Amino acid sequence: MKTEDLIAALSADAAPRGPSLRTGVFLALAGALVVGAVVLHETLGVRGDAVAALTTSARFVFKFVVTAALAATALNLALKLSRPGARIAAAAAGLAVPALLLAAAVGLELLVVPPARWGAHAVGSYWLTCLTFGPVISLGPLALLLLALKRGAPDVPWRAGLVAGLAAGGIGTFFYAAHCPDDSPLFVALWYSLVVAMMGGLGALIGSRVLRW
Amino acid sequence: MLMRSALAGDGAAYRELLGALAPALRAFARRVLTASGRDAGDAEDVVQETLLALHLKRHTWDPSTPLAPWVWAIARHKAVDVMRRSGRRAEVPLDGLEDVLTQGEPETDGLEARDARRMVALLSGRERAVVEAMCLSGASVKEAGAKLAMSEGAVRVALHRALKRLAAAHGG
Repeated sequence: MKTEDLIAALSADAAPRGPSLRTGVFLALAGALVVGAVVLHETLGVRGDAVAALTTSARFVFKFVVTAALAATALNLALKLSRPGARIAAAAAGLAVPALLLAAAVGLELLVVPPARWGAHAVGSYWLTCLTFGPVISLGPLALLLLALKRGAPDVPWRAGLVAGLAAGGIGTFFYAAHCPDDSPLFVALWYSLVVAMMGGLGALIGSRVLRW
Repeated sequence: MLMRSALAGDGAAYRELLGALAPALRAFARRVLTASGRDAGDAEDVVQETLLALHLKRHTWDPSTPLAPWVWAIARHKAVDVMRRSGRRAEVPLDGLEDVLTQGEPETDGLEARDARRMVALLSGRERAVVEAMCLSGASVKEAGAKLAMSEGAVRVALHRALKRLAAAHGG
């Protein structure tokens, strides 16, 4: 095919098609939030004292803050990674926000909790439920985010998939947190991080295949 | 800017933009291929695949950012693709890409007259008919529609699908 003819064909196909990449990702996020909420509701449900805990327990609130921060910063980075030639340094540095929040919370917890109780706080009572349902709730969001990012053009597909996985893990643990009776930042740092890491790995694995272009 | 008009659906602006990019992409592709010790014969493949990718991924350009880095990132990605397919290690120099914009259009060596049928053979049915009419015979959307008894909308859809299929066939 002559390049001139290809250009003619491409310009004949110039009609605007579909939403921008950002809009697509936002739509996927909206869908992910709905799916996450529904899956939580249909499986575990919200814990009984959730509404009261929102005003009385800083630890309970912190779980939402840190997971939401992770989801937002990771999603922003995934979007940047899906745009050819975009500057990603600032967005990558954004991932430090949830990390620092978590580090600060862990530091405070270690100060206020006597060392003898550290182990019990970290292991908590329902870590197995966390490791099971964290990923279960994250799966739908991961699928939706990858679907939206498939319209993107990441230079390194597995990396975009990995970050999408982190975002999905953030969304999944955000909803799981509403059920989870373990509120200690030590528990969050250990088990929530593990869930997020699993989702990141899964995202990288799937992304390396489906995000190629 | 041309790309903004093009994104708004202005085919003429789009054609002008792609036409202006093609020589720069060609110069870039030749430089990259020669720099990695390859035959510049694959240059036109890089040009066409880059144009196709620019087209199919045009919604990934953020209009609040400059166009050039976006174009070159896609060209680099596609150059690596082409070289990877042709075997051996693919390495694309990262800097100095903008220089090629200032260079003139190189000789074409008849590279453009590559086997058109080979690409079209990847398609079937209406997509193939549309691409043959438009790319090989140079018909417009309207003419192709009249010839194939398809509505202009149907021609556009078939064309769009065909372009995506071609891109996918190129390992994308």
